This record gives sequence, structure tokens and C-alpha cells, in this order.
Amino acid sequence: MSLFSRSDRGVLSTWWWTLDRFLLAGFVGLAVFGFVLVLASSPPVARRLALPETQFVVKHGLFLLPALLLLLGTSLLAPRGVLRLATAMLGVFGALLVVTPLAGPEIKGATRWLPIGGVLVQPSEFVKPALAVVVGYMLARRPGLSGLPQALGLVAPVIGLLVIQPDLGMTFLVAAVLSTQLFVAGLPWLVLFAGGAIGVAGGWGAYHLFDHVRQRVDAFLDPDLTPYQVEAALRAIANGGLLGVGPGQGVVKYHLPEAHADFVFATMAEEFGILACLLVLLLFALLVLRGLSRLHASEDRFVLLAGTGLVAQFALQALVNMGVNLAVLPTKGMTLPFLSYGGSSLLALALGAGMLLALTRRGARLEMAT
Amino acid sequence: MSASAGGPGSTGLAAARLRLRVVAVALAVAFTSMGVRLIDLGERASERDQPRPAATVDGEEQPARADIVDRRGRLLATDVTTYALAADPANVGDPALAAQALARVLGEVDAAELERRFLAGRRFAWVDRELSAEQLRGVMELGLKGLHFLPRRKRIWPQGELAGHVVGFTGVDQQGLSGIELALDRRLREDPEPLVLSLDLRVQQIVHEEVGEAVKRFRARAACGLVQDVESGELLALVSLPEFDPNRWQRTGPSERRNSCTGNIYELGSLFKVITAAMALDSGKVGLSDRFDATEPLRIGRHRIRDDHAKRRPLSVPEIIAYSSNIGTARMAFAAGGGEAEQAFLRKLGFDRPLAVELPDRTPPLLPSRWPEIVAATVSFGHGIAVSPLQFANATASLVGSGRLLRPTLLRLAGAPEPGPQLISQRTVTDLRWLLWLTVEKGTGTRARLSRYALGGKTGTADKPASQRRGYRSGEVVASFVGIFPIDQPRYLVLVSLDEPKGDASTYGFRYGGWTAAPVVARIVDRSGPLLGVPPTEGETLQALRERLLVSETPHALTGHPEERLAALDAGR
Repeated sequence: MSLFSRSDRGVLSTWWWTLDRFLLAGFVGLAVFGFVLVLASSPPVARRLALPETQFVVKHGLFLLPALLLLLGTSLLAPRGVLRLATAMLGVFGALLVVTPLAGPEIKGATRWLPIGGVLVQPSEFVKPALAVVVGYMLARRPGLSGLPQALGLVAPVIGLLVIQPDLGMTFLVAAVLSTQLFVAGLPWLVLFAGGAIGVAGGWGAYHLFDHVRQRVDAFLDPDLTPYQVEAALRAIANGGLLGVGPGQGVVKYHLPEAHADFVFATMAEEFGILACLLVLLLFALLVLRGLSRLHASEDRFVLLAGTGLVAQFALQALVNMGVNLAVLPTKGMTLPFLSYGGSSLLALALGAGMLLALTRRGARLEMAT
Repeated sequence: MSASAGGPGSTGLAAARLRLRVVAVALAVAFTSMGVRLIDLGERASERDQPRPAATVDGEEQPARADIVDRRGRLLATDVTTYALAADPANVGDPALAAQALARVLGEVDAAELERRFLAGRRFAWVDRELSAEQLRGVMELGLKGLHFLPRRKRIWPQGELAGHVVGFTGVDQQGLSGIELALDRRLREDPEPLVLSLDLRVQQIVHEEVGEAVKRFRARAACGLVQDVESGELLALVSLPEFDPNRWQRTGPSERRNSCTGNIYELGSLFKVITAAMALDSGKVGLSDRFDATEPLRIGRHRIRDDHAKRRPLSVPEIIAYSSNIGTARMAFAAGGGEAEQAFLRKLGFDRPLAVELPDRTPPLLPSRWPEIVAATVSFGHGIAVSPLQFANATASLVGSGRLLRPTLLRLAGAPEPGPQLISQRTVTDLRWLLWLTVEKGTGTRARLSRYALGGKTGTADKPASQRRGYRSGEVVASFVGIFPIDQPRYLVLVSLDEPKGDASTYGFRYGGWTAAPVVARIVDRSGPLLGVPPTEGETLQALRERLLVSETPHALTGHPEERLAALDAGR
């Protein structure tokens, strides 16, 4: 505390005194706990893939430190800097997103990754938070919803590229984040309901157009067809009970595909118990509500809209992932923020969280050039 | 201040804040419902929370299957938990030491082979698929790390071969594969209450012993013994030999698994005369005192029908049954309406369809395809028609019991069963009982006579048909006896059928049902009657049965002065 004096007007000192330290602690705590989880859950997966047991742990560790630095660095930015960063990210990763379907290898039936400098990068993970910020700016720039056409002009191609991959989970997420931002920007209720109807129609279309979507939805609706992963996840949760079987003692991870990524919540339930899961759930909820409350206090429309997009993305991603693990939603490949293994995911989330931290700093505002 | 100056107005900001609150509430609800779902799953998990072995993999057990018990609650089939043993080789410490220790305790596995499995580089290796209680304790005492005990449900049949054919067995996935286990598979899966069979293990044991001894003594190929309640149709005992132990069903062949009471059909021979007599007497065209000529063999076309115990004179109906005359029975059948009457009566008895009983192994009767005169004649004394012993027993129990068709069952009934259709008049029922009593008292069934009970019965010895060609195999027979007791007020039917018995010195080489099967039935009745609470037959009842000999329907052999007839009767004892 004595590190920064209140009267100090330096960058770091200002940062420290205007920052929402609760949010910062929450994000860092999640990232650290996520590392523990990957430590516990990934060795069996690595072994199954005939990789060294430490493969995923080392890789995750290699990503963790840069991620934390990125988070802290980004949080130092002023709103203007956040906007610039987001615009740059959108430019770079948007371009990579265009290249992905052409150059990326097909993995598990989809082309989502791009090999860059020896690592597989998932451009869409980075596009996601950047898009939320830029869309927030476009909506904030003009009163009411006058910024809508530009925003749509930006989001539509991204959604198109995501459908091509195909990555319906991400498509849904981007669409849902945009909807939330539009809603906060003042979208009339009527349009909102109409949009909901179109969403339902889109879901119906996806069901009939894509075989793997249809399989998953059918499997979800038919209790006899519960997919293997979901069944294994439920068994893990049941096996863990209230207090869990202890770190590293879980066994379902030996049979559960993606135990370290999409199903890390179930792995956690088995080893640390349902109480720990509830605590993590509570932490997610508190982070989301805290973020929203900080945005609520903001006097700046850009901060409010861009921040809403970032919070919505964080919240929905967590909700969908947990919903899949708890068998209340059909299986959808989506990571649990900060807890799942995944380099791209971790770095992108750190960037997103850093931007949110920057935007929720006290007095943060973007001087609009009118 | 700048907010109010053009651009995004403060009113816009206020509206946005309101909308933001809506978003916050919606997300809070979503997170809360995830929490509720988690707690719900947790409660379900804690409900099932039982003490677990320290290192259990996949503790998921197959659902329990209901027990099967006899009518007095004795266990016939139940589930037990056994453990399979697996290891996580990365956790057992020194693989060689662990393998040696395990091999020492388990006895039946090879240390070198175990070590090879442990060094295969996987994190899971089977050690033993099923541990005995002793092995389990031994492994526990080793105190090794990295072992997984996997609970498995296993079906066991504590009575072994005693009721093996009735109870049946289940496969590795606990699905019924034969017997009651197959026939009532769904019931056993869905209702955890024990399934109560009609069997009485005490009676089953007696039948098993007696028939088993007869099989050994007469070196029979197979045998069936059964006891049926003639009022309810419940089966108190059903024994099929050669015996079969469900606990080791994998090591048995189809001939052992075959239920010779329901799955085999036999030409039962003279036993069938009971049915012909019932049909004839009930037709109203034949009276008890009618006589039929049995002096000469009966010629039908180029066939000749002979008697085994030929009397070479006209015989009354009681004599035909008591002395088991083929000629007399055939003539009696013709008098009652011949082939058409036979077919109608057999239909009434249900011989045109498979027996309805809770066993999957049932062979339907084999009836003649055409019914010319010669067939009508042979069917009357049980040749050219093949039925399972149980189906025949059920028909006889129906005729001699209440005269109504019984529904045989292997399940204990809660109350009196719904009465079946009336087959014959009460008068015919009474006459039939007396004929069967006479057969034991004075005819071919005297080796089944008992001092305790008045028993009625009928012997049968049938040549076995040749499997490949037409006609009969010389020398091989099916010897049977069906008994009903007490004959004045029947409660139980006992049937014993021996497939290909060989006569021995005690039977003077005879293989007749009257020599081989009748004494077995007598011993079963004598031993199980008191257990079942059947009071010994009163002297007065016996007297009444004997006095009937003195009146109009007198058998020819006993003509003469009433005193002489009684003396002859007593001499026969």
C-alpha cells in the first residue's frame, strides 16, 4: 500500500488508486487456480495423445506469465488506448481470421487454428474482445442507435467467417454479445423480440443444415443419447460429491476427452468438490456483477457499451461452459474463462480482462471528437 | 457537464443504465440457476454417498436384480457384490515387487505375466477379474498403493442344481438367459421385491432325491419329476435330470440345460388312457360297466393292436384301465366317437397349443397330421401323439381334480385362481378317480400302493420313436407313472417320467412304468404328503372305495361272492 502514495500523480500510482482491485484480484486468482487445474487434469489427456505428461502444463505455464503481464499492461491503458489496441487487434486477427479457413489445418472437423511461429493460434479468440470494444465505440459515437449500421457492417463478416469454420459456439457468443450491447444502447424491445425470433429461426436452420449440430441437439434432448462426455462429466460431479476426492485423485479425467479444456469444470467438481465449484461460480457471478456495477457508475457511453460487451462475453462464456458441464445445455466447444487449458484463449481473455480493468478505472472516459 | 452538451445525451446514459440493470439481473438469474443445478447434482450425489473403497475406479454398479425365493421364502437367486482388481502401474511402487506380492496372495496369476502388464506403459492394468473373499482380504492386507477395487454385481444361485432348470441363469450383463430369469426378466429388473415362486424347496428336494436315485439305478438318460397342486395349478416341484447348476452354466451343454419336463415331448403311452377314459365316460356313450372285447388283437387294415398284459377276454372299463388294455381302450375310443371326438377333446385340454407356463423352454405337442382309423386307435393309448410331461400332468390334474382346466404356474398365487372352463362332468371326475385308485389297488400300479394314503394313478411304458426312420426303436422306452393323492379328495398330482431306463434285478429286468416309475412316485407321496399337511386317508374312506367294487361296475376278474371279492382284494395287498 505504501508503494503508491495517494498524492503521487504518476502513471502507476494513478493506476493503483483508480483501479478496481477486486476485479484485478478476481481475474488473477482465477488464472492461478486455472493453472492448478491444468496441472491436475491435463497429464492423462497428454498421455492419451502420446505426448509427454508435462506437455500441457508447461505450455500453459509458458502462457500464464505473459498473460498476466498482458492483463496488467492493458489495464494501464486509458480508454483511448483501449480503443486503439482493440482496433489494432481487430485489424490483425480479423485478417488472420480470413486466412484461417484457407490455410489452417482441419482439427476435429473444423478449421479454427492457424500455425504461427510454431504455435497454433485461434484468431477468433482475439477477435472476440476486440470486436466488443470497437462495436461499443461505434455505438457510442452517435446518439441512440445511429451507429448500428456500422456496427453491423463490422460484425456481419466476422459472423460469416465463424460460420465457415464452422464454430457455432463462437458465432452464438459474438451474436449474443452484440445483442447485449445493442440492448443497452437502446434497442427497442420490439426489435429485441424480433431478433430473438430470428435467433430461434437461425438455430432451427443450423439444426437442419449442420449434421453435428443436429446430433448434439438430438443427443441433448434424448436422455438415452446423452453424449459420452456429458455422461462422464456428470459421473465426475457425482463421484466428487460435496468436498471432492482431492487434487489429482480424480479418475474421470482418465476417460473424459477435453478434461483439461472444455470439461475442466467437471474435473474440478470431482477433485475439489461441488462446494469448490459453487465458490468458483460465485466468483464468476461477483466479477460479472462488480464489472457491471462499475460500468453503471460510468459517465461515459463508450466505457459503458464497450465494457458491457466485455462483461457479457466473459459471463456468457462461463455460463455456457458450465451449462454444458452440468448437462443443462447441449455440448458446445467453449472454454471456461481462465480455468480451461488453451493458450489463445488465455491470452485473449487476459487482454479482454485487462481492457475491462482499464475501462472500469475510476474517472475513465473517452473524449469524443464530435 | 459535457454529457448534456449534444452527442450522447445524459438521458441516453440514464436509459443505458436502466438497461444495464436489466442485463445484470438476467445474468444474476442465470448464474443462480447454475448454482441451483450444481446443488441439485450434489444432493443426488450425496444421497448415493456410501463408504467407498479407497481406490475405486468407476464405482458405477449395474442395477440390482430382484431375488427369487421359493414359496416359503428360501433364497433361490440373489445378487452379491464381488470385486475385480486392477492396478495403476505408475503408482504401485516397484512393479516387480508388487507383481510378486499379488501373485503370492492371489495364487492363480503368474508374477511374470503381471509384471509384464505393469510395465506395458499404461495407467491401467487388470490383475484379476473376480476376487474371492479370501483373496480380497489378502490383497487388502498387502497394503499396496495404486490398486483399484472395482465392484461388480454377480448373480448367484444358492440352491445350485436343486432348482436350476426352473430358476435359470443370467449372462454377464445380468440379463436373463433361461428359466424364470429369462421369462420374467423385466419383472426382476424393474421390481426390487423378491419374486416368490410356487416351488416348495422341501418337496423339490424330495423329488430331486428320489428321481435322481431312480435315474442312477435304472441308468436312465433323462427324467422328469413334478408335483402340482390340483386346486390352484401351482407347481410345488419341477425336477429335470440330468441336473444343471446355474452357477456354472458356461460349462454345461444344451442337453443339461434342456428342461425335460417342458422342453422334451414324449409319446407317453398308456398314461394317455386316463384322457381317453375321461373322454369316453363323459361322452355319455360309454358306461363304467360296458364291456369291450379284448380276446383277439384288434385288426385295423394291415395293422394289429396287441395288449402287453393280455387277458384274452371281454373287459369292463375299470379292467381296461387297471390292466392297461390297448385293445379295450381303442374300442372304447371308437364307441365314444373315434378320431373326431379325440381331436375335439384334446383341443379342450389345450393340446393344440404350447403350454402357458412361466418357462421359455417349452415344446408344443406333436399331434398327428392326419387322423385315419389307425391313428385314432393308437392315439387313444398314447402313441402317435407326443406332449411334454408337464402338459400331460396339467391335463390329468385338471380332469381328476376339479374337472376344470387348470393354468399351471411357477409363481405363488395370492388367492384362488380364476376357474378354467369345465371339461367334464362331476360324475365323470368321480368315476375317473375311482378308476385310478383301482389301477393302483389292483392293476398295473400296485407297486405304488401306500399304507398312509389312498393313491390313484396310471402307469405308462411307451416305445421311443426312431429319430431317423419310421416306426419305433426296439428296446428303448419312456417309463412313467402319474399319481394323484388323496384320491378321494385330490390335492396333489405327482408325475415321474424316466427316459430310457434299463431294468435291473430288483425289477426282474422289467422297464415298465409300473416297475420303475411307480415306486418313485409312491416314495415322493409318502415323504412329502405329511410335510404338505395332507392327513392320512381314513379307514372309512378306504372302505367306501372298496365297497364300490362290490356293486354293479364290478371288474370281471372279481366276480363271484362278495366275500370272495373282498378276500381277493385283501390278498392283493
